[in-house]
Amino acid sequence: MNAPPSIVMFAVFVAITLIVTVWASGTTTTRKGFYTAHRRIGGVQNGWAITGDYLSAASFLGITGLIAFYGFDGFMYSVGWLVAYLAVLLLVAEPLRNTGKYTMADLISFRLRGRTVRAVAGLSTLSITLFYMIAQMVGSGLIVSWLIPQVPDYLAIGVVGTLMVIYVSFGGMLATTWVQIIKAGLLLVTAFVLTVLVLSRFGFSLDRFLHAASAVPTGNTVTNLLAPGLLFHGARGSWDIVSLGLALVLGTAGLPHLLMRFFTVPTAKAARTSVAWAMVLVGVFYLATSFIGLGAATLVGREHIGQRYYAGQAIGYIARHPQEAHALNQQLAHNGFIVPLLNNNLAAPLLAGTLGGPLLSAFVAAVAFAAILAVVAGLAITASSAFAHDIWFNFVRDGEGNETEHLFVARATAVVVGILAIALSIALRSYNVAFLVGLAFAVAASANVPVILFSLSWRRFSRGGAIAGMLSGLGISLAAILTSPIVMGAHALFPLDNPGIVSIPAGFLGAIAGSLIWPDAQAQALFDRLRVRAATGLGAEV
Amino acid sequence: MSHHPVEPQMWETLADEPEFRALTTARRRFVIPATIFFILYYLTLPVSIAVAPQVMSRQAGPLSIAYWFALSQFVMTWVLMIAYIIRARGFDLQAARLRHREMHEVKG
Repeated sequence: MNAPPSIVMFAVFVAITLIVTVWASGTTTTRKGFYTAHRRIGGVQNGWAITGDYLSAASFLGITGLIAFYGFDGFMYSVGWLVAYLAVLLLVAEPLRNTGKYTMADLISFRLRGRTVRAVAGLSTLSITLFYMIAQMVGSGLIVSWLIPQVPDYLAIGVVGTLMVIYVSFGGMLATTWVQIIKAGLLLVTAFVLTVLVLSRFGFSLDRFLHAASAVPTGNTVTNLLAPGLLFHGARGSWDIVSLGLALVLGTAGLPHLLMRFFTVPTAKAARTSVAWAMVLVGVFYLATSFIGLGAATLVGREHIGQRYYAGQAIGYIARHPQEAHALNQQLAHNGFIVPLLNNNLAAPLLAGTLGGPLLSAFVAAVAFAAILAVVAGLAITASSAFAHDIWFNFVRDGEGNETEHLFVARATAVVVGILAIALSIALRSYNVAFLVGLAFAVAASANVPVILFSLSWRRFSRGGAIAGMLSGLGISLAAILTSPIVMGAHALFPLDNPGIVSIPAGFLGAIAGSLIWPDAQAQALFDRLRVRAATGLGAEV
Repeated sequence: MSHHPVEPQMWETLADEPEFRALTTARRRFVIPATIFFILYYLTLPVSIAVAPQVMSRQAGPLSIAYWFALSQFVMTWVLMIAYIIRARGFDLQAARLRHREMHEVKG
């Protein structure tokens, strides 16, 4: 029933972003323009763009849904994802800007010369971006088909994928940046409006609001959403929450689509400014998730947002019978239940409907859809640069070829990645793909972060170390996730949903062992050059 | 690859200079303790929930102790960020001096 307004609002967003894309298309005649917007994005602008790149539908709909249902335990995601920025700020942003050109692999292969290291780094980027992209696109299909029943999920996935390809292949990094900035603005305004409306229902008394959240009716009893233990409980839950915390805090510093944003600013100082802005904006947003989530629980009612018993059963059932997931979801949705983890996503739109009627609900739904669009655009340009620059230009062509060829490959990659992501997302749309986000973070934390940190700080780090570190981080993350309860259900071989506690040490150990077994004289000789360039910006790409 | 006038052999020379060493030492003195601190402070939250769930669930004023601790992470993050931004102004000056001198020497 709220279909027409949300479609109209989304269409306005699309129209504006397409105008931006046409305007930006003039800058994509060179690789530097296409990948980095000529490194002319200001620090503050980039801070907003990072915010838009980072706050996915998982942040907006997922976390508010988790908080509405599990209270404090859902808020743990908000905390981890904000604290994670300290690793980006202190360890990665400035050296990356000073040593890289277009991709994360530039930093790694600065002194670890040779095509294999770069190809493995490119592969790691491609797998992280594809996992993340599929999770986002499947999410968009589910959200849209639930909010607007007239629109089937495959159509929503197709629309998101097509728009993503148009932004990236025509407008390059400049268009992607502005799509992210506009979306970040919309999302923060939405979060602010919802927070104020929630508090207005409690006479702007924090005490009354929190009192309500500490005793939310659940069946015949009440639940205290301010206390931990509703999502993570027991011994396994304890390990899971620590493991998740590790992956969240370290993984962000290895997310390739976030790292790529630092090549769009002119200097290391601007890179630092942009992280600081993002930390303020993202932090304010994550504080708001508490008000939105707890507000949804108290005002809409926890029972209306989801029913834990059914939801828990459904997750276990879907894990064992993925082919029936879609039918089951629809049945649960029909009965007014929402499945957490798979579809923990409707707390914010439901709250908006309660507070501001169908128009506000439609606006929130349109913003959520726009949020997904901005994130997948950032992922697509990252995948495009990893394939065109790392794998095609440096691995296949060994640095040969002209600008026209490479730009063609970059655009073509965006199109191919788009088609691949649409096809995979439609094929997987009935499956529980929530584990893909965890997988992306685990791979980023385990495969990328050890190699980035050792590249910058350990003289004896070698090519063998980089390859061993990335492959062990990638392999262990993949193996642990695929044998975890989230995929295998009750008969899981690996006991935790979050592999970080095992895969992150594996990545570090692989990198150390590989460096000791296969020393690399050239890498040691180039270490001073890297250090000087990282610390002073001498010779940095302009 | 680089369009900068610095010659290849200059990198090693520069890396050995006292001014460069002062810059990297100053950076390291801030960044390493700050990183260890924030990771430990952060991990204390999930670990203490795992170890003492009853204590963390206890109400303290309007919120549970766990929620207060979680909110303190926001304050910790922002305070550490501001401290680094202020400290990094000094690093910028040191780096700018090194850059300026290096380019000047090569030209002269």
